[in-house]
Amino acid sequence: MKQHYSIFTLARNAASYHEKWTEAWRSPDPKPEYDVVIVGGGGHGLATAYYLAKEHGITNVAVLEKGWLGGGNTGRNTTIVRSNYLWDESAHLYEHALKLWEGLSQDLNYNVMFSQRGLLSTAHTVHDMQALRRRVYAIQLNGIDSEILTREQVAEYCPILDCSPTARYPVFGASLQRRGGVARHDAVAWGYARGADARGVDVIQNCEVTGFKIEGGKVVGLETTRGSIGAKKVGVVVAGNCGVLAGMAGFRLPIESHPLQAMVSEPIKPVLDCVVMSGQVHVYVSQSDKGELVFGAGIDSFNSYSQYGSPPVVENMLNALIELFPIFSRLRFLRQWGGIVDTCPDASPIIGKTPIENLFFNCGWGTGGFKATPGSGHVFAHTIATGEPHKLNAAFSLERFATGYLIDEHGAAGVAH
Amino acid sequence: MLLIPCPYCGKRDEHEFSYAREGHITRPTNGEQLSDAEWAQYLFMRKNPKGVHYERWMHAKGCRRYFYAARDTVTHEIYATYEMGQPAPVVDRGNGR
Repeated sequence: MKQHYSIFTLARNAASYHEKWTEAWRSPDPKPEYDVVIVGGGGHGLATAYYLAKEHGITNVAVLEKGWLGGGNTGRNTTIVRSNYLWDESAHLYEHALKLWEGLSQDLNYNVMFSQRGLLSTAHTVHDMQALRRRVYAIQLNGIDSEILTREQVAEYCPILDCSPTARYPVFGASLQRRGGVARHDAVAWGYARGADARGVDVIQNCEVTGFKIEGGKVVGLETTRGSIGAKKVGVVVAGNCGVLAGMAGFRLPIESHPLQAMVSEPIKPVLDCVVMSGQVHVYVSQSDKGELVFGAGIDSFNSYSQYGSPPVVENMLNALIELFPIFSRLRFLRQWGGIVDTCPDASPIIGKTPIENLFFNCGWGTGGFKATPGSGHVFAHTIATGEPHKLNAAFSLERFATGYLIDEHGAAGVAH
Repeated sequence: MLLIPCPYCGKRDEHEFSYAREGHITRPTNGEQLSDAEWAQYLFMRKNPKGVHYERWMHAKGCRRYFYAARDTVTHEIYATYEMGQPAPVVDRGNGR
């Protein structure tokens, strides 16, 4: 059993000058065969492995990561967690994730620094406000907390937001999800890796998948940069690369990959104690525990795998930001980066079976995968273990593009994560 | 920032253009005979290559004409732009085609 993290462990290790901490997870060599191989060592992949071991007792599992854990979109997002989605299918899936978030640090014995500081989503036109009302009422009907704030209430809740009538983007009101907030993204990957490893899962880094072994329409293993690995079942969770992996398996996905950019400012004293997002003018912002303001933009329009985007997108976002928050206009930026998001035509993910037997894909989260990490891993583990989707991800199948049962979440997911 | 050579106007900054996604997708002429899955292939399924991508752009703040570009999705290098109706040029790199 792994070392349990607690105040007493901390005190004991402090007494030995923190030189005796043990490794959080092993770095084993791959075995010749596993019951389940998960491709992708980000939050979703590691969560899948963790719940396979914890909920389904499947521990002969490997997670293959081509780089380092959480080095893809897990380490590149703006860490926002919420469940205010319009349609029933999405609302239930994201609310499932949010409920898991609420107990995650205790479950993993790893502090993921989940902070339910409240999430404000602003409206800037009459029509924006009408759409916002519709969404709030739909969310409330699903039993999820959400409320409408008037302009005066917004000004009181977030005083640094420019709510004056002469603002370039006047605030007509906002929706507020008090249970929304942020979490520490790296800790989510590390916590799940540690939890999975403790239950016997092999977490293997620097191991890139180069092909699938498919016999008679059934996956039986993988080719990797560390040799062939046999697998009874394979789960692919590779945000930003799922089109490439699907190509290796010989089928196509309704997905296009785009850069999504984010950036942080220099650290400053606490100034913003909630998350503010504006879908209308494409900006979302929160303040990290280090004091940096974390900003996110919309996606670049063109397909790319480059992990950087174009300056016009950043410029648009900053224009909107300083109109909403004039107080930020003299801040300096510390760094800026891009991640590759796999976007579906209906802005909802694909979680389930593929044309290849025993090969499962969990992809297409677009701009908003981080918030779903625990729920995504939980339902995907169920899908892999039983061979059939969990009731919460049944609607998110690849077949929906043929049946026409699309889950159009552009309103909720088009921006702001 | 991309510098895109419009076949009609020459090189212009990216923000003058709007992106119109994957090119050379032909609408099926035998629609009545296609299954739902085959329609889905046409409507939704995309190549999304890591490498050369044959795509459409529109010079929205210029001549407002559509054209094709062969662009690398890793380096963003534009190998060629060409008029609608022309066949895709062979580009000696990557897995795009």
